[in-house]
Amino acid sequence: MRHVLILGAGTAGTMMANKLRKALPLAEWAITVLDRDTDHVYQPGLLFLPFGLYDESDLVRPRSFFLSAGIDLRIEPVDRVVPAERHVLLEDGTVLGYDVLIVATGTRIAPEATEGLAGPGWMETAFDFYTVEGAAALRTKLDSWTGGRLVLNVVDMPIKCPVAPLEFLFLADHFFQEKGIRDQVELVYATPLDGAFTKPRASAALGDLLKKKGVLLETEFNTATVDGESGLLIGYDEREVPYDLLVTVPVNMGADYVERSGLGDELNHVEVDKFTFLADDSDNIFAIGDASNIPTSKAGSVAHFAVDVFVDNFLQHIKGQPMTGAFDGHANCFIESGHGKGMLIDFNYDVEPLPGKYPLPGVGPFSLLKETEANHWGKLMFKWTYWNMLLPGREMPLPNSMSMSGKIPAEVSS
Amino acid sequence: MATTTIDGHEVQVDEDGFMTVYEEWTEGLGRELATLIGIDELSDQHWEAINFLRFDFSEQGETPTLRRVNKVGGIPTKQLFVLFPKKPAKKMAYIAGLPKPHGCV
Repeated sequence: MRHVLILGAGTAGTMMANKLRKALPLAEWAITVLDRDTDHVYQPGLLFLPFGLYDESDLVRPRSFFLSAGIDLRIEPVDRVVPAERHVLLEDGTVLGYDVLIVATGTRIAPEATEGLAGPGWMETAFDFYTVEGAAALRTKLDSWTGGRLVLNVVDMPIKCPVAPLEFLFLADHFFQEKGIRDQVELVYATPLDGAFTKPRASAALGDLLKKKGVLLETEFNTATVDGESGLLIGYDEREVPYDLLVTVPVNMGADYVERSGLGDELNHVEVDKFTFLADDSDNIFAIGDASNIPTSKAGSVAHFAVDVFVDNFLQHIKGQPMTGAFDGHANCFIESGHGKGMLIDFNYDVEPLPGKYPLPGVGPFSLLKETEANHWGKLMFKWTYWNMLLPGREMPLPNSMSMSGKIPAEVSS
Repeated sequence: MATTTIDGHEVQVDEDGFMTVYEEWTEGLGRELATLIGIDELSDQHWEAINFLRFDFSEQGETPTLRRVNKVGGIPTKQLFVLFPKKPAKKMAYIAGLPKPHGCV
């Protein structure tokens, strides 16, 4: 009996476990999934929590609910991985051996990594919206907030769902209008990037949208410290950005045990081959989803496309054959833009987001890099798809590799 | 890709003037590139950062981020902002003859 051990029962780990269970004979392979807690959070929904559009009960389900029969789920934090011994040491002292290890513990916000951020004012005038606790506390704050200067600060890249900060601002613009206090609120986006987004054409389109919604941009702002008592962000270049209400996207880091195990880069993301997800200097450790350092968005869609490529590779790898599949970095993200509209972007390692239609060329129903109502409904419907199709590992009618059909290349459209 | 002449040498650069071929770089070119962006004198501390960037790129195949220069290279981020004012990540990469750092994705 051989053993696959998957660390993390989030989006990537759950999909991976279910797909592998279908692909591997029960009599030959045991599959264990390990997590530190029992709650599976629908992370794309966190964005809506501060504005009262979803509540906690929409977003949290038991992890065990989504794992197929024949998968063993254990709840216990990891102390460290010991690659030389092919085992994982748990915090309670248990030793779990593996033949193949898959790291899928994602990435988390680390407010403590920025001086002052988790100090005075934290959860009073400074909030995150990447955790259920942070997003719920921010909702309470926004309920009674009467206006002032709201600064959304991305501390460093890469972050989970790099469009989420923009979506937050678009929804905030809508929210304050509905409340009748938009003229009392200044919205500011302080980002380390030199524009609204990382890729040029999407950055231009999203930058225009920010402008249209009256959001001020503070670009190439590298946050050094936060002075919670005075309500000030201070940059390494000594720029100061004052705030009344700070919505922060702190530094995103992989799990601490990744560092203790010597598997991570400077942000504790596992260093892997970007085509096969095999960890550097290893033949039996993989990392999938946000936990890895592949240069594409940290997003559930990426994990979904990656898992399918991975499973075929995995079946070759365990037979000692070369892995012939190569992941292209495909990402697909709905961007909620407020007032019942949304945008959609679809891109990979080599092709930046382009305008056009998705998934059917010329038809859609979704439009790329353009605000439409259909895109907004696509985003809302996704919650059902996520719980009912994606996590259980059911087949989705979408290609894993990015397709150029339906996209209008830059030289034609500009 | 375009080519340009720096200090009498023809080198390949991208649209923003960042060198694109690792092997074409020399220390002399580095000094010349530094003066082009207003850093007239490269101290030992400047070179420590530039040499780390060159070394790390040769190992990783990517221009390191400020966080990496800090954590792996051991140079405090604050100091990088003093040595290469305002935009250290871009300025260091430019002088070290490495691709423009992309703000990830």
